[in-house]
Amino acid sequence: MTDVLAITDHRRGDLRDVSYEIITAGRQLADETGGDLHLAVISGTVDEFADKLDREGVDVIHTVDVGEEFNHNVYTQVVTQLYDELAPQYVLTPNSVNGLDYAPAVANRLGLPIVTDTVDLDTDGETLIATREMYGGKVETTSELADNAVVTIRSAEWPVAEGTGDAAIEAFDADIDESQQGSTVTGFEEVGGGDVDISEADVLVSVGRGIEEEDNIPIIEDLADALDATVSSSRPIVDNGWLPKNRQVGQSGKVVTPDVYIAIGISGAVQHVAGMKGSDTIVAINTDPNAPIMDIADYAIHDDLFDVVPALTEEFQ
Amino acid sequence: MKILVTVKEVATVEDEFEIEGTEIADQYLGADLNEWDDYAIEEAVQLQEDGIADEVVTVTIGPEDCEQTIRQALAKGADRAVRVWDDALEDVDLLDVGAKTEILRAVVEEEDPDLVLTGVQAGDDSFAATGVSLAEDLDFEWGAVVNHLEHDFDDDTASVRRELEGGVEELTEIELPAVLTIQTGINEPRYASLRGIRQAQRKELDVQSLADLGVDESAIESELELTDMYEPESESDVTVWEGSAEDTASELGELLREKGVAP
Ligand SMILES: Cc1cc2nc3c(=O)[nH]c(=O)nc-3n(C[C@H](O)[C@H](O)[C@H](O)COP(=O)(O)OP(=O)(O)OC[C@H]3O[C@@H](n4cnc5c(N)ncnc54)[C@H](O)[C@@H]3O)c2cc1C
Repeated sequence: MTDVLAITDHRRGDLRDVSYEIITAGRQLADETGGDLHLAVISGTVDEFADKLDREGVDVIHTVDVGEEFNHNVYTQVVTQLYDELAPQYVLTPNSVNGLDYAPAVANRLGLPIVTDTVDLDTDGETLIATREMYGGKVETTSELADNAVVTIRSAEWPVAEGTGDAAIEAFDADIDESQQGSTVTGFEEVGGGDVDISEADVLVSVGRGIEEEDNIPIIEDLADALDATVSSSRPIVDNGWLPKNRQVGQSGKVVTPDVYIAIGISGAVQHVAGMKGSDTIVAINTDPNAPIMDIADYAIHDDLFDVVPALTEEFQ
Repeated sequence: MKILVTVKEVATVEDEFEIEGTEIADQYLGADLNEWDDYAIEEAVQLQEDGIADEVVTVTIGPEDCEQTIRQALAKGADRAVRVWDDALEDVDLLDVGAKTEILRAVVEEEDPDLVLTGVQAGDDSFAATGVSLAEDLDFEWGAVVNHLEHDFDDDTASVRRELEGGVEELTEIELPAVLTIQTGINEPRYASLRGIRQAQRKELDVQSLADLGVDESAIESELELTDMYEPESESDVTVWEGSAEDTASELGELLREKGVAP
């Protein structure tokens, strides 16, 4: 038992980036365990997907032609069956919303431990050392687990696998028990449209929970007015209904790439950073000098936003 | 319909803190109701107010200290609470998903709810896996990262929206009994009213040990051993502007002019 089985992610006809990243993570682990890297692509146009996934380092790609879109009952059954057949040491899945919708079920069904949202993985062949964050990114931890495990990997932590491979592509005949299908996907919907497209803006003045109350939002709007910039926000602001959904930057919101992104009272949780790390210049205004946003900021002011923001607005009025 | 809501008291960390071994030193820690669980409680209480749920029960794994957090949930409208604790849990550094599943399953089997609501994740250990693991263990259906739930439950089915990445939502029908992991933004959690807080003091808070629940101590042994904790190394070469707010604001103003993005 030294092989690694990595499961890919796709949605509405497209492989998601993490599918190429998981090849890199899986190859790295398989090199350390001395085993093969097996990839599985489940549902959708699996043969087409397999061609794209055949990159350097992949030994076998299992295509599982079952249904069009993700269904957690199907994925859980297929992955457990693949595990029974291949007996890998580790099962890797993306720590995506869908990954989190089946990986814990797979672990439970197989009686394996699960470690989620890993940012680094190491093994001596017997013990897995998983690096992950706790307390919203304030600390990083390592945990060890012996034997086999299900591991979910954070996106954008491993580089995308490149190069063409010569993987064996094998169709896997899964035995799907329809009676276990207590959940049906009936459709998809795009949300967050509306008047403003923050992904088009050159300058974003982005507000987070540090603003404390809805009544304080105008401080940010005044600054945006003075700079002729657009207001965006982290998730809690939208959850609270202080700004509409189309202003949310992040994993479940919009990806933005402005020239300048001013993060005001935003801690820089990974799901937020996923949406704005491509900004040209990042400025953080935050009282906490150790907030994770500081790791990606180009410029920072470690001070109270209620002092700094009005002073800045004044500069431009 | 009976609803069970998992409620966790999570540790919060001050801006400046120190690490001792594999823990953050006590004096830098606070405690709070897990943000995601707050939304789960609200959803359950709304289902009760809509006449759909007959009873809302909370379950917490935690020591006596967290009863204040549990009372918060009761003050918001949950009917009663179960708290599970045991000496055997005292020394566990990090309770892993498997251990939590074992304990919660025993409580679900005792309570026999139609619907279990959990938060998507806990703000401290952020595993985001317990709800789905629990569902599978119970042979319940499930849905992860739910940001909308229809309150009619036609044909014993939960119609939900799951929030995927990039502003896309998935519409899904889930048969009951089920476990749903609740995402922030699904509703607007209420503040507990004074009356609610008073009433909460009189509500039942039942404490159970592992033995009471028939859970074997060996079943909760964590398979994950925390071996190190440290502050992440910053890879950035961030330029920090120092001085008064006027000084730093003017530095930032200068930069914005230089970049040609401000007048
Ligand atoms: C599945 C999933 C999807 C998610 N998707 C997204 C997403 O798309 N976008 C997103 O943003 N989040 C998302 N999140 C939530 C994310 O994990 C964080 O909870 C969120 O980003 C935190 O927002 P914040 O930084 O505004 O708040 P906090 O983390 O509470 O940070 C507030 C910051 O303000 C600072 N501060 C406080 N007072 C002041 C002051 N007076 N002056 C200056 N600074 C101050 C604090 O030091 C702190 O750093 C998602 C979470 C999950 C689980």
